[in-house]
Amino acid sequence: MSEATSQKIPVTVLTGYLGAGKTTLLNRILSENHGKKYAVIVNEFGEIGIDNDLIIGADEEVFEMNNGCICCTVRGDLVRIMDGLMKRKGKFDAIIVETTGLADPAPVAQTFFVDEDVQKNARLDAVVTVADAKWLSDRLKDAPEAKNQIAFADVIVLNKTDLVTKPELAEVEARIRGINPYAKLHRTERCSVALADVLDRGAFDLDRILDIEPDFLEADDHDHDHDHHHHHGHDHHHHEHGHGLKHYHDEDMQSLSLKTDKPLDPNVFMPWLQNLVQVEGGKILRSKGILAFHDDDDRYVFQGVHMMLEGNHQRKWKDGEPRESRLVFIGRELPEEAIRKGFESCIVS
Amino acid sequence: MKEFTPPPDSASIVSVTDRVKQVALGMAVTSVHFLGPRAAFVGGEENVKFVDSEGEITTVAVHSGGILSTASDGKRIVMGGDDGKVVSIDAKGEVTLLATDPKRRWIDAVALHAEGAFAWSAGKTATVKIGKSEEKSLEVPSTVGGLAFAPKGLRLAIAHYNGATLWFPNMEGSAEFLPWAGSHHAVTFSPDNKFLVTAMHEPALHGWRLADNRHMRMTGYPGRVRSMSWSAGGKGLATSGADTVIIWPFASKDGPMGKEPAMLAPLQARVSVVACHPKNDILAAGYSDGTVLMVRLEDGAEILVRRNGTPSVAALAWNAKGTLLAFADENGDGGLLEL
Repeated sequence: MSEATSQKIPVTVLTGYLGAGKTTLLNRILSENHGKKYAVIVNEFGEIGIDNDLIIGADEEVFEMNNGCICCTVRGDLVRIMDGLMKRKGKFDAIIVETTGLADPAPVAQTFFVDEDVQKNARLDAVVTVADAKWLSDRLKDAPEAKNQIAFADVIVLNKTDLVTKPELAEVEARIRGINPYAKLHRTERCSVALADVLDRGAFDLDRILDIEPDFLEADDHDHDHDHHHHHGHDHHHHEHGHGLKHYHDEDMQSLSLKTDKPLDPNVFMPWLQNLVQVEGGKILRSKGILAFHDDDDRYVFQGVHMMLEGNHQRKWKDGEPRESRLVFIGRELPEEAIRKGFESCIVS
Repeated sequence: MKEFTPPPDSASIVSVTDRVKQVALGMAVTSVHFLGPRAAFVGGEENVKFVDSEGEITTVAVHSGGILSTASDGKRIVMGGDDGKVVSIDAKGEVTLLATDPKRRWIDAVALHAEGAFAWSAGKTATVKIGKSEEKSLEVPSTVGGLAFAPKGLRLAIAHYNGATLWFPNMEGSAEFLPWAGSHHAVTFSPDNKFLVTAMHEPALHGWRLADNRHMRMTGYPGRVRSMSWSAGGKGLATSGADTVIIWPFASKDGPMGKEPAMLAPLQARVSVVACHPKNDILAAGYSDGTVLMVRLEDGAEILVRRNGTPSVAALAWNAKGTLLAFADENGDGGLLEL
């Protein structure tokens, strides 16, 4: 039997602040008639009403890797549980890891990049964050964990939309977009989202970075060109945007997008990126990019979690396809000017 | 059919591949132990399969789910499962339920004492059962990664995050913490009771000299060490995790401190499991490409037991006399070699 990538078991990380509706979503995933069997790693036994012998209690034990990198933390309990689950390969199709409401998603994600054995058998599919439409705005002010979960998400299920008015909903969405304009956002009541929108997203799959491009582009156009003009002042918390959408800048968590249609020099870019995540990796939660290198007919794609990066040549640039490079960073107190300058210095002059 | 084409490996290495009795176990295998004359292959889930010298297979159901941990003293195998049960099986194939976790938590680690006591762990709690007396439990600061009984006295080593705990279950308040940052998994005492060694989550071993708790760092592995085996008499600790068998010297009072390990049997594949011969200075090594070699410790001379080209070797064991070698790959293609 080969261990081809396609045979790696997809892992969905389910986060969300206390009471947002994670368990509701989990129960839906498990009870819906989809013909798939999930192994579920939960932090609290007994909340799940479904009979499933593959529900495993976890202790969220985070430890630092002994590699001198302080943000390089992994979930030790997950390493152990994945090891045990692999003995039952073939008995389930996918794994869902539910975190506690106060958890930082980074150690969970990093477990799937750092641990050799885990990586051999499983692949991180997406970080799904359930958010409470009524209370998220408040939590973003007082709970750094809630902000982390939004910033880290690939998919955001904005739940309990029936409990808020339209303007309130627009407000909370704008706050989410102020932190993370790239995640897919679904408005739900009682977490009634199509499971295909939550599971098997391939959000960490380098080959599918292409798929997320539309959002990536759209978000880019209304958030960041604008952001560029206004030069990162904090004086425009409430101004109206052209589309009637309120636009927020979170005080400390932002996204930053960079693009150029001029080719990059890989010999300058690669060391710059490596160094950037080494130095600022504690602040950078997620990063991804599609790159056009000088004298290179292949697109290069990368993605990262804190200091960990993975990248590869993806495919040939198509005829007529604009050879643009795009990078996105989501993080806390990003040194925007320095990043922009560094990026510009990678352009072949 | 006799042909004159020499087999591909004939030029460089002595081979006994034609003397191996092939065994198709038909299940994923995670370990093997000898119980009397039969090899008992432990499956990834549910079953143990006994194989006798004729190659005849007898299947015994032991758990209702995954089998997470095993330990054997040659008379029985104690196993922990994801069904929350601690179970033993003896040479006759008789299965005994030894303990059940009240919350049905996974039994992550088990250990077996020479005089019959056994231990298991679920989450942060290690529990010891000695004869007919009551179970005794100790909670350590984080999830238990591995358990081992000391060769002398009734003392249990418990590996966890940031170190290991030594505990005399019969002595109240006897737990002693040996700190070392990182996550510690498998743990083993040297047969002379002088050293404790853990395999860490990072590709390294850590050791403590028990007389003064002096640290021993054993690093340089490209991969995590999953298999450790003491050579006859405890002179060396053979380990997996590299593309050669790494053997740390433990004959002197300082153990491997300041010494280089021996590196034997290099291949273009990672060593996945090691088993030292119980009496002679020979070991068997299984590799990630399915190769099994016997290696003489003195000079590294190799004998080919099984060729490459299959999944990783997952299980490897000698019988107590050292006359039989059993092995299997992850998919359950196994073999028995009589020497």
